[in-house]
Amino acid sequence: MLSVKNVHTYYGKSHILHGVSIEVGPGEVVGLLGRNGVGKSTTLKTIMGLVRPAEGEIHFENTPITGAPPHQLARMGIAWVPEDRRVFKLLTVLENLRTGLDRRGVTEPRREALLEKVYRSFPVLRERRNQAGGTLSGGEQQMLAIARAMMLEPKIILLDEPTEGLMPRMVGQIREIIDVLHRESVAILLVEQNVPLTLGASQRVYIMEKGMVRHHAPASELRANDSIIHQYLGV
Amino acid sequence: MIPFELILIQIINGIVSGMILALVASGLTLIFGIMDVVNFAHGDLFMLGAYMGVITLAATGNFWVALAASCLAVAALGAVIQVTALRPLLGRDPLTTILATFGISLVIQNSALWYFGPVARKINEPFTGQFPLFHLQYPWYRIAIAVLSAAIIGALYLFLKYGTYGIWIRATTQDRVMASAMGIPVPWVHTAVFAIGASMAAASGVLFGPLVGVSHAMGLDIILRAFIVVVVGGMGNLGGSILAAIFVSMLEAFAAIWVSPAQAVIFSFMALILTLLFRPTGLFVPTPK
Amino acid sequence: MSPRHASTGYWIGFALVVAALAVAPLVLPEFWRRFVTEILIWGLLAMSSDILIGYTGMVSFGHSAFFGLGMYGAAAALLSVSPPNLWLAILYGLVGAGLVAVFVAFFSTRLRDIYFAITTLVFSQIFYVIIFTWTDVTGGENGLTFRAPTFWIPGVVDIPFTREILHWFVLAVVTASYLLLRRITQSPFGMVLQSIRENEPRTRAIGYHVERYKIVAVMLSGLFAGLAGVLYAIQNRFAAPDFVFFLISGEVVIFNVMGGMGTLVGPVVGAGFFFLLREGFSRFWTEYYLIPVGVIFTLMVIFLPQGILGFARRRLNS
Repeated sequence: MLSVKNVHTYYGKSHILHGVSIEVGPGEVVGLLGRNGVGKSTTLKTIMGLVRPAEGEIHFENTPITGAPPHQLARMGIAWVPEDRRVFKLLTVLENLRTGLDRRGVTEPRREALLEKVYRSFPVLRERRNQAGGTLSGGEQQMLAIARAMMLEPKIILLDEPTEGLMPRMVGQIREIIDVLHRESVAILLVEQNVPLTLGASQRVYIMEKGMVRHHAPASELRANDSIIHQYLGV
Repeated sequence: MIPFELILIQIINGIVSGMILALVASGLTLIFGIMDVVNFAHGDLFMLGAYMGVITLAATGNFWVALAASCLAVAALGAVIQVTALRPLLGRDPLTTILATFGISLVIQNSALWYFGPVARKINEPFTGQFPLFHLQYPWYRIAIAVLSAAIIGALYLFLKYGTYGIWIRATTQDRVMASAMGIPVPWVHTAVFAIGASMAAASGVLFGPLVGVSHAMGLDIILRAFIVVVVGGMGNLGGSILAAIFVSMLEAFAAIWVSPAQAVIFSFMALILTLLFRPTGLFVPTPK
Repeated sequence: MSPRHASTGYWIGFALVVAALAVAPLVLPEFWRRFVTEILIWGLLAMSSDILIGYTGMVSFGHSAFFGLGMYGAAAALLSVSPPNLWLAILYGLVGAGLVAVFVAFFSTRLRDIYFAITTLVFSQIFYVIIFTWTDVTGGENGLTFRAPTFWIPGVVDIPFTREILHWFVLAVVTASYLLLRRITQSPFGMVLQSIRENEPRTRAIGYHVERYKIVAVMLSGLFAGLAGVLYAIQNRFAAPDFVFFLISGEVVIFNVMGGMGTLVGPVVGAGFFFLLREGFSRFWTEYYLIPVGVIFTLMVIFLPQGILGFARRRLNS
């Protein structure tokens, strides 16, 4: 469904991605592991049109989307949850959700239903719905960022390090959310440094090093044999 | 001693011109807050609005139709300007937008001079009629200007606070990239905001028209004051601009008791200098906690 | 722009240009001679502006204030002393411009970019209003007229400024200013200015006192702009508030952008280009030349931000 082929991305003169190729099928949870700075976030940003690749092609449902503007991709069904969450600090929780909810072609009843569903999965957001986004705690902001992405009813979510800076208890909550999304056939491209979470939640995993994909295997294989993980991530 | 009546009259005058200035400055600060564009041509959009008012009024005889038509026409022009000249500059040094809008300002100003000629035109008030204020007869129209300006600004505020598009605009202001990732068509939000700002300038021009003559240079005075107001009020701060506009106008109104109106503007300059020295983020911006 | 050891070719070209300009009053009809002299003066003003815009990255709309005060300073000297003295005029003009520069320099260190641009604009207008309304001292709307001084070097020469001598004097001053400014911009000081333009936080982080450099840049810029004002006063024998109006600053910025920022020569070319356009369009369109010129300027900001010189350079390199 999402196909990234041989993408090279530069930040100014720095050559960050050296020919990255990744595939995500419909409803799949695919992990992207690697040390800090290898280009995982850049890969997501390139897919989302925030950075234009110098070379390579990206296709979504057989349509070329290389370099398409982010708002178009969001409407096509690709949602992005950035590493630093980026909730709209001065908008209320509800208004944050509405940035994704208020879309053309979504009827009022369906909006209510969608909102209800998200409130049930994240009760704390219902509680704080009229509070400014900036007043939420780190974990709550992460919930909000994911919920906001879900408002787009996406076919795939690009999830960038959701557990970063969160308490261990919340990591379990993140895992639950990923599982729920998977059950609803939402694909996820999960960038993470938390190896157990990634191996547990994903079907397949790519491992990146220095801007390239070095290894690609089903998660089960990597769970069984952790030497590869040691090799690339040193954990 | 200065007669108490004179002071009160100047207060009212200050508020009236302050509201017009607030209307102009709101558009300017809105555009800056959302797009980081300092719109040098804002005063000329004000002037064009006034001229549009003159033309439509002559054609229809109805002041209110003229007001509406002028707003729409200038909004459309604003959209065209933003799409052709400012969109290509997105991502470049923000100072290039000052230069580009300065160039556009020259073109608009001189085109107006060319098309309309140097003789000032007049817009007639929609209603004459005065009420006794102390020893003066004070025109109702002036009060109407203040009320209308406040109404327009109020409408803007409500638009921004409620409604989907208000959310889009506020989200884009805070985080353009994330807004885009949420499906908000950011380039069109920018165009819409510029058009809204332009139409507010146009509305001020039409409302202000009956008070002064409509001439091609009327934008210069206003843009200078608007810049002062926007800086004193805090750039991008809507509420601040309104307070600053009234403050600056009242300052000038009082100063005009002693010095000539041309010199009264120096007091506004002083306010700007003092603000920049002591509270550069704006006089009316709450100090960050 | 990296320091380049000027090639012989460059100096030959430079010498040719100066020679051509020197010969101008002898071969051109008076109208065009005057045209060239004015381009030189405005070119000097634009060069001074380039120090701030092109080299330090500070857009200033205040140059009309420096220019105007140089002009009025010279006027004051030429009106107060009889016979009018050239060097006193220059001194007063530079002092006047220098005082304004001190003010502006103070603010330059505290304000970034847009606020600085707006503040300088407001400054120009403050001076405009003061000059316009203080009729007793400044002549108000009508300005001041006065006699030109003589070209006087004590003990050497004392001759009236004929058209030719005036032209050569202006040429000498502008050329000397250019050479001096060129030396300065290519010195380590100039390199730091450019580094501030490229990345101010980093320049500060490396350890440079950015504030001091900015102050010097503003003073330098203001003094040379004032000098241009003095030259203008001497050439035209009048001073008027129109020259202090902020639109004049805007025109100077147009010269910078059109010619090519950060090149020193570019702004002079830009001034020439602007005046030629004005002449050309004035044939058809009398006072409305600013419409096509404004359009050209805006298009250049968008599509040709390096100006004419940048465009020429790229063409030559490819």
